[in-house]
Amino acid sequence: MQSTKENTRIGFYVCHCGHNIAAMVDCADVAKYVKGLPNVVLSRDYKYMCSDPGQELIQKDIREYNLNRVVVASCSPLLHEHTFRSATAAGGLNPYYFHMVNIREHDSWVHTDRGEATAKAKALAHAAIDRVAFHKALETKTVKINPDALVVGGGIAGIHAAMTLANAGKKVYLVEREPSIGGHMAKFDKTFPTLDCAACILTPKMSEVGAHPNITLWSYSEVAQVDGYVGNYKVRVKRKPRYISEERCIGCMDCISQCVFKEPKFEDEFNEGLGKRKPVYIPFPQATPQIVVIDPNVCLNFKRAKGPDGTPIVSDKCKKTCVEACGDKNAIDFTQKEEIKEIEVGTIIVATGFKTFDSKRIPGYGYGIYKNVYTALEIERLVNASGPTGGEVILREGKNPDGSPKHPKSIGIIHCVGSRDKKTNIWCSRVCCMYSMKLAHLLKEHTDAEVYNFYIDIRAPGKGYEEFYNKLLDEGVHFIRGRVGEVTDWAMTPEEEGKLVIRVEDTLAGYVRRIPVDMVVLSSGLEPQADAQDVRRLFNMSCGTEGFFLERHPKLAPVNTFTDGIFIAGACQGPRDIPDTVAQAGAAAAEALVLIDKGYVEQEPNTAFILDEECSGCKSCVPLCPYSAILYDETRKKAHINEALCKGCGTCVGACPSGSIVQNLFEDEQIFSEIQGVLAYD
Amino acid sequence: MSKPKVAFYWCASCGGCEETVVDLAEDILGVVEKVDIVLWPVAMDFKYKDIEAMPDKSIVATLLNGAIRTTEQEEMAHMLRRKSQYLIAYGACAHLGGIPALGNQFSREHMLKFNYEDAPSMANPKKTRPQLKFADGGREPTLPELHNVVRALDQVVEVDYYVPGCPPTPKLTKAAVTALLENRLPPKGSVIAPDIALCDECPRKASKPVNTSFAEFRRPHQKLMDPNLCLLAQGIVCMGPSTRSGCEAACLRGGMPCTGCFGPTSRVRDQGLKILSSLCSNIAPKEEGEINKVLEGIPDPVGTFYRYGLAKSLMRRKVNLPVK
Amino acid sequence: MTKEWRPRIVAFFCNWCTYTAADLAGVSRMKYASNVRVIRLMCSGRVDPQFVLDALTRGADGVLIGGCHPGDCHYAEGNYKMLRRFQLLKRLLRDMGIEEERVRLEWISAAEGDKVKAVINEMTEQLMKLGPLGLPQRFEEWDKEVTRLEEEIRGDAAGAGCACAAKLQKPAAASKSEVAHV
Repeated sequence: MQSTKENTRIGFYVCHCGHNIAAMVDCADVAKYVKGLPNVVLSRDYKYMCSDPGQELIQKDIREYNLNRVVVASCSPLLHEHTFRSATAAGGLNPYYFHMVNIREHDSWVHTDRGEATAKAKALAHAAIDRVAFHKALETKTVKINPDALVVGGGIAGIHAAMTLANAGKKVYLVEREPSIGGHMAKFDKTFPTLDCAACILTPKMSEVGAHPNITLWSYSEVAQVDGYVGNYKVRVKRKPRYISEERCIGCMDCISQCVFKEPKFEDEFNEGLGKRKPVYIPFPQATPQIVVIDPNVCLNFKRAKGPDGTPIVSDKCKKTCVEACGDKNAIDFTQKEEIKEIEVGTIIVATGFKTFDSKRIPGYGYGIYKNVYTALEIERLVNASGPTGGEVILREGKNPDGSPKHPKSIGIIHCVGSRDKKTNIWCSRVCCMYSMKLAHLLKEHTDAEVYNFYIDIRAPGKGYEEFYNKLLDEGVHFIRGRVGEVTDWAMTPEEEGKLVIRVEDTLAGYVRRIPVDMVVLSSGLEPQADAQDVRRLFNMSCGTEGFFLERHPKLAPVNTFTDGIFIAGACQGPRDIPDTVAQAGAAAAEALVLIDKGYVEQEPNTAFILDEECSGCKSCVPLCPYSAILYDETRKKAHINEALCKGCGTCVGACPSGSIVQNLFEDEQIFSEIQGVLAYD
Repeated sequence: MSKPKVAFYWCASCGGCEETVVDLAEDILGVVEKVDIVLWPVAMDFKYKDIEAMPDKSIVATLLNGAIRTTEQEEMAHMLRRKSQYLIAYGACAHLGGIPALGNQFSREHMLKFNYEDAPSMANPKKTRPQLKFADGGREPTLPELHNVVRALDQVVEVDYYVPGCPPTPKLTKAAVTALLENRLPPKGSVIAPDIALCDECPRKASKPVNTSFAEFRRPHQKLMDPNLCLLAQGIVCMGPSTRSGCEAACLRGGMPCTGCFGPTSRVRDQGLKILSSLCSNIAPKEEGEINKVLEGIPDPVGTFYRYGLAKSLMRRKVNLPVK
Repeated sequence: MTKEWRPRIVAFFCNWCTYTAADLAGVSRMKYASNVRVIRLMCSGRVDPQFVLDALTRGADGVLIGGCHPGDCHYAEGNYKMLRRFQLLKRLLRDMGIEEERVRLEWISAAEGDKVKAVINEMTEQLMKLGPLGLPQRFEEWDKEVTRLEEEIRGDAAGAGCACAAKLQKPAAASKSEVAHV
């Protein structure tokens, strides 16, 4: 070991990072201290080490001073380790002769005493100086990238990402949980602020996806398992039985009209339960793929009980008029079983979207209690020409004296339902102000009612958004600033009889108001999907505190995750509107293309290896590896690590009872020297 | 030419190491023929002052067994170090502290009190304790003082080589002596035993399944053990994976688990922590309560993992004990 | 020591969760006690119990191990392996007279910058109450009994009647002896 330390020539650099570090750490003092440590040939402080001149300084010094080790004390290695390794390599050294000290995120930014922060910087620098002497030259491993990609989620994000990749000539698997792609956007009537018809801009893209030769679309399917690593993922996709052969169904929908249920009877998910559908149905007219689906929970061809394996049991009670209608197309198959497809892909884009806040969680707003309280998504369907009422805005409760359906004459739209609220979700859902105003416009257009918006602040930061707000003001939509206290049917005056009364403190007028309306619309916020945690585990991602998927870096790597080759797009990463979602989906596709077109990826050589002579073959390490990278060689009676499978966690190293496994970049000696180093300075 | 001078000495030890020298059987004659034994208290009568009178470095090698726990042992260690070219820590106690070092879990007062007052077999109504000095008919003899801390030999003086084991095997002893006599010495500081863990030479090695995980731990007396199957596969704590080989798995052949007397390999700083890490990593349950239930099978981790190595462990001794 | 004593904590943080959380604490400009020194490992499963004890014997007053929450390990189950080791390590440390609060295992996800802050502050406070562990000083104290002989002889070389005194060899610094076994 000592021999490693001989002739060690270390160059040390401490970065000011402008004021970010220098304001709290005396960089010159740190440099001076390090200068006095063993093997240190030169020690400098510099304003911005990551800048070009900073990197060139390293390269020049390596050559001039014949350095063979480089240490930079600056920000987090998760941010700039790569930068400085490259600079070290450009200076002619093996990049792994570099080590980084984090004195910004872990020091200057989190401490308030300059003396203490400087002392800590010295201790951390000392550790790196001790450690780097034990560094070894390592070869970067390259891994081939399978050019096929998987996109999970068929909302606008998934659709756009899949199309981008497919148009670039890549083979894409698009997996969607629902029977049709389209996601939330397919339910929208118009989009803000341009008021384009959502279907008009989305459905052409949907059918393009359905018809694209490079896209394999698996709707009504879910990803069940993901194994492997960047470039080489093995994915198992569960294809739920829709009891229709996708190959044979031509989308004629004769089966639907001939179903023994003459009238639609069951709650229609696509229309938010406002409409009805039959047991055999297509979610909406432009659904992609144009393949019907049978709901075994209500179809008479299935018994109510399930078989021992959980699959529905076919019954013979029904006349099966649908089968008759299908004729020799023979597409209906009541015995269809769940199917598992195994695919191999190199990159994965996760675009699983969001769910809306459950407005029942705020009982004071009356959703589920008063029939004329609606969620925004219900209104989207209600104002939609292809919606359950053909676009006619009629109230759920109450009839005109002549028995005809009643139209609202006054409507209150409550913003920030389940957003910006410590009791529910603290974040701003970002789209509600805009969609509330869009709905205000549409409702006014459809009903000519008086429309009131109850808001905390109007957040309209986008192209044409503020202008849209101004347009609404001109249209005579009322805006009342204040968080609504409650919605009640308790009338205090004759005018309030038979109405829903919105109680709110008008913070501009400065008093509490009661505003009677016929219809209340709750602008529910955006939340992570209910199964976001499961999905996160499936793809080995992280979630932020609020439960949305965590990007690798909020600014520099917004569509990357901590797992290489897995990207995120759309509202699964946080609330966002359609333009941002599409932009992000494009970015995710571009990131995937970078990997695919390069054809290989360089991997951190932090894998473990077994000291062959020293291994006693005790087999303790073998079951510890989650990737089955450790094999026991029966002929040689020793363990062996398959480097290609090792992901470099080091668990086997920590557990080897005779110290006979070594992890590159995290060798025992390197860590012991680091421990010694951090404790060397008080 | 005079024969090379060799010394054997014992400190805090049980005498087992001396037995091994005798266990060389007829080979000992070969040794005795080639060397001049200048000190061997267990077998021959020498006076310390004779050794004191010898010039420094005049003994080629001293094989010292036993831990250092009294002032007398300390003094002798220093003297023999000075008189010898090579000082060899012989046996687990000199190498690692050995069984006596388990005393590092207790204070000196605790041990004296137990041994001279509280032990069930002790009849000492006056609670007499050994005195460092006492008057005896005009003389004032002194007795050695017990140290607070039990030490391995290299924690008192510099050591050239280590012959491990409790006791070392005759084979290793012969190898060490032969290496000395033939001047084929490994680098200074070497442990004269293979630097690979015991499983390498264990006859039960092949019987261990690759996916052994622990749902329980049992101690040898709590279970009828399969004579051929790997003991870890039977849930018996065996230190073999973290212990140097060289004993030819004598205990395993005799139906008992390895307790670690050969100490760790050169790549390990703390034998006990390493076997702890390895065993625990392979415990089956994932939930804290369940894990602890499995671990109840190891009621005395210090005594189990540091049976011979406590003095040389990273902590050396129970850290909150007094030094008086 | 003239300045006020502050405990020294050596922390082993896994790259994916806890180290990232500490970065997040930094980016969020949270303020916490400055006496923690973080060593980055890829996974809490890499934490060899030797690291923990090595840190303590070299003068750390506490050791903090940070890993991903159960079920969230970037490497599937490394954190469970650490948890199992930690359970027995705690008992071993207790038997060896080291207070339980000195060695801590915490699950801190990449999003929990505030937990990094809370845990470090809390641990610092607890260690302030416990006072220094000071193992290097304790070792020194223990070893006075074997250096005493040497000193005694030096001061009284001729008279003591201990002939071996004159050229007593200095022990190879008992507390630090790291003999390279081969």
